[in-house]
Amino acid sequence: MSTVLLLLITGIGLGALYFLVASGLSLIYGLMGVLNFAHGSFLTLAGFLGWEVGRRIGDGTWAGLLTGMLVGLVVGAVVAALTELIFIRPLYNRHIEQVLVTVGLGLASVALFEGIWGTDPIQIRLPEWLGGTTDVLGANIPNDRWLLIATAVVVLVLIVLFLQRTSYGLVIRAGVENRTMVTALGIDVRRAFTIVFAIGGAAAGLGGVLASVYYGQVGAHQGTSLLIYAFIVTVIGGLGSLTGAAIASVLVAVIQQFANFYLGGTGDLAIVLALAAVLLVRPTGLMGKVKH
Amino acid sequence: MRTFFTSVWGKLVVGAVIVGVAAMLPLLAIDIPGILPGPTYTPGTLTVLAYAMLIAALALSYHLIFGVAGLLSFGHAMFFAAGAYGLGIILKLLAPSGMPAEAVFLVAIVLTLVIALVLGNLVGALALRVTGISFAMVTLAVAQAMNVMIRRNVGGLTGGEEGVRLPVDVVPDVLVGVVNTRNLYWLALAILVIVYLACVWIERSRLGHVVAAARENELRVTVLGLRPYFVRLFLFAGAAVLAAVAGIGFMLLQSSATPRISTSDFTLTLLVIVVLGGVGYRWGAIVGGIVYTLLDQRLAALASAEWIRGLPDVLRIPLSEPLFILGMLFVLVVMFAPGGIVGLSHRVTQRRGSKRDVAEPKALQDMEA
Repeated sequence: MSTVLLLLITGIGLGALYFLVASGLSLIYGLMGVLNFAHGSFLTLAGFLGWEVGRRIGDGTWAGLLTGMLVGLVVGAVVAALTELIFIRPLYNRHIEQVLVTVGLGLASVALFEGIWGTDPIQIRLPEWLGGTTDVLGANIPNDRWLLIATAVVVLVLIVLFLQRTSYGLVIRAGVENRTMVTALGIDVRRAFTIVFAIGGAAAGLGGVLASVYYGQVGAHQGTSLLIYAFIVTVIGGLGSLTGAAIASVLVAVIQQFANFYLGGTGDLAIVLALAAVLLVRPTGLMGKVKH
Repeated sequence: MRTFFTSVWGKLVVGAVIVGVAAMLPLLAIDIPGILPGPTYTPGTLTVLAYAMLIAALALSYHLIFGVAGLLSFGHAMFFAAGAYGLGIILKLLAPSGMPAEAVFLVAIVLTLVIALVLGNLVGALALRVTGISFAMVTLAVAQAMNVMIRRNVGGLTGGEEGVRLPVDVVPDVLVGVVNTRNLYWLALAILVIVYLACVWIERSRLGHVVAAARENELRVTVLGLRPYFVRLFLFAGAAVLAAVAGIGFMLLQSSATPRISTSDFTLTLLVIVVLGGVGYRWGAIVGGIVYTLLDQRLAALASAEWIRGLPDVLRIPLSEPLFILGMLFVLVVMFAPGGIVGLSHRVTQRRGSKRDVAEPKALQDMEA
């Protein structure tokens, strides 16, 4: 029982990490039709810069970590917004080229990170509490999972509030539903593009710092490897659906944890099979709408 | 305007001359400093050139899927890996069987191609049920699963991170050793020519026309009573076999296969090559493959050059990462030269000659799901 509980909660913790990456991907795809291959680079860069600033404030302290998270958030948002303005906007409505540009940026930036911070991951120091465990009904849950889950819930609530309660959120929701109509009503949807990129980048940036907490290290390939899982999550959840991304993140991570433990390390294979099954039964994903 | 060079015979003559010159290279001592690592007869240079031609052949097979069918696949590297790993593993399994070495070698090649055909049909049958971005994701996921299995050494055949070494005792002597590098070079050239001819044949066939038509307007093809699914599947499986052929050449040339050739990054490299050369052009894939490989090699050499080491960090770090330079080059090509290298040269020659409109690469326009 305690093993099941342990796998479940650590799975939800990993799912929280997936959600931070997948939420931005899904929103960006839903509004703009662009699958952002550079998303992993936002995450990696935020992870590195968050760590660099955090260890100068106080290595292995809460002040350092929280500053790092704030830095990651800002770096992710700024870099993502700049990417949209410089590289995506000039290729307006040419979706395949937009995807190709993000592919190029992803490849180039990882090479650049390797040049700056080296090819091997760097071990980082964390506040002592995060290294410990909490006893829940007999299961020893690593404390860092609580931080991941709490952050993801806060991000989910903030994004939902933004989408539901602000006028920009309204434009974005309408744009996901029917972009042509929004444009026809005289609303400049392009500003919403930049905002969506910035929000997605901020979530990914936060995810980058938390990924370094989860793995205990920062590395040039962290973003790219998480990005593949985030893609799978996004497709299973339904491209463009935030709720779908949230559900699918947890589902994928939990399946992965259980398969890794009970079926001899076949977690990756299990989620690929899950993806194939979902696509064959429901090609639009769990919560995806049929595009008109 | 129909000149000798645009007629069928003209193209044949030009092609024959190019292949002839390429075939002569191992017998000549041409030294192009800065582009080739040494004179063309040296084994080092021949290996680089042979590798470039195999990558060009692989890029050609990717061109069939991306350029002709307009399908964005992120899993093409798995068929290349199937060719390389398949040959190595089957040779190793058959080596103790007591058959003569030549027979083992031939059987292994045939079996590898059959495996690639089956794999291509299976993956294609699954992935082609969806289109657009979902197709890309299914291929990415399947390739990722394959990569993980190869890395984890499932079944104890793939050798994990170490990879598989070519069992040289069952390979014909003419294809083994540094002395015989020129034979491997000719083999690579032959593979490139075969793959090219296969591409021409597929593209010119009725099947090729249906696939291209389905890329332009799927609904219309369906209304005409044709089923895009099966022609696409045939093309996908055909491209898989051609990729495996290139993989077999790679295995013979490098004598080993590592999990690197099955990663999604390797497929992304193919995408970069095809776009760099020019989407929709057969020559684009070849030129892109050769230019990319040579650039990659030379930029790596550049990184260790004296004058780069002396630069301040801001310049030194980007310049010493070949993939950074290639990635940014790719971004620039996508943004400012959508036809790639071949598209640019077409534009230049057409501006000089008649004032025809430049044909935009069709594949890029209507590929949105």
